[in-house]
Parts: sequence; C-alpha cells; structure tokens
Amino acid sequence: MTHLAELPAWAQLVASFFILVGAVVTLIGAVGLLTLRDFYDRIHAPTLGSTWGTGGILLASIIIFSTLQSRPVLHEVLIAVFVTVTMPVVLMLLGRAALYRDRTEGVETVPPMEAVSGLAEDAPETDGK
Amino acid sequence: MSATILMWSVTIAHVLLAVAMVCQAIRFIRGPRAQDRVMAFDAFYISSMLLLLTFGIRTGTTLYFEAALVISLIGFVSTVALAKFLMRGEVIE
Repeated sequence: MTHLAELPAWAQLVASFFILVGAVVTLIGAVGLLTLRDFYDRIHAPTLGSTWGTGGILLASIIIFSTLQSRPVLHEVLIAVFVTVTMPVVLMLLGRAALYRDRTEGVETVPPMEAVSGLAEDAPETDGK
Repeated sequence: MSATILMWSVTIAHVLLAVAMVCQAIRFIRGPRAQDRVMAFDAFYISSMLLLLTFGIRTGTTLYFEAALVISLIGFVSTVALAKFLMRGEVIE
C-alpha cells in the first residue's frame, strides 16, 4: 500500500473521515431496511446509502486521487450525479407500484383511491382491471 | 502514522459495507412481498458499488471505478424494469 503513504497527512485524515462517514451512514440505512416494520417506512432507509453514503466515499476518492495525481480527478462526479438523479425515480416507481398492488388487494392500511382522487388523477385505475 | 489511519479506515469501511450487504440480503430473503425484495435488491446494488469504490481507493487503480459505474447503471435499469413489472405485469408495453 505504498500509494496511500505518499499522500500528505491532511489528505489522509480528511479522506479517512469521509470514508468512515460514508460507510457508517450506509450501514445505518441497511439496518433501517432490516428493522423497520412497514414497506412505506422501509422505503426511506436505503436513501441514506445513496445520498451521504455514496457522497462520502466519492468525496474521499476524489480527494485521494486528485492529491496522488496532482490534478483534479473528477470522474467520480459521474457516479454521484447518476445516483442522485436515478434514486428518486426508482423510489417513486417502486412506491407507486407497491401502492397499486396494496390497493388492488384491498389492504386496509393504505388510503383508498377515493380519498385522494383529487390529488392523484394520473394514478393507475383501481377498478376495471 | 496517518497512512495507517487511512488503511484502517478503509478496512473498517469494508467491514461496515459487508455488514450492510448482509442486512440487505436478509431483507431480500425474508421479503415479505415482492416490492420489499426489489427495494432490498436496489440497496444491495448501491452497497456493492460503494464496496468496489473502497477497493479502488485501497489498490489505487481506476479499474474498480469503471466497474462501479457499470454496476450503478445496471442497478438502475434493472430496478426500474422490476418496478414496472410489479405495476403493470409486463416490462415493455
């Protein structure tokens, strides 16, 4: 591991801080995914890993490789932008699919379509399918 | 001295991310419904991408970065396809 020893001390300390923050936040999200009770509670937990989990480790990677190569290494921003853009899309699709499945099965805990019909006109039809 | 701190924090991050992947795998196995499994699958993809990035920091090569980019792309596409399948019963209409 000689390449890490070539880094200046401030870069090593800052990078290890960001690596640990990213890993700990991802672990908190995974524990929440495991222990929360309802699907609609659990859908919030993995977003920890995709916001600050990804952000922390990518920041550490940017700091380490930029300091090693003495030039700004910014290709990690690709992953950051991609994850930030795609995560809300995935969660909204998944949440709407789960809501649709729960409504068609008549689960009591989700609000019925009549209660929110003024708000969700583009929601899928619950009857006639 | 501080190189040792960085090595240790990368090792600790490996362990924490592996534990996170174990939690997501347990949720993937236990279910109870299909949407829980799809969500656990998506979180599993994110954690494996982060694990590959920490491997890249440890070895100092950019090869792992490209693998992580491909994994995040495939994870997004597969999760969207699975969510579409749960909603409509088919992926391409």
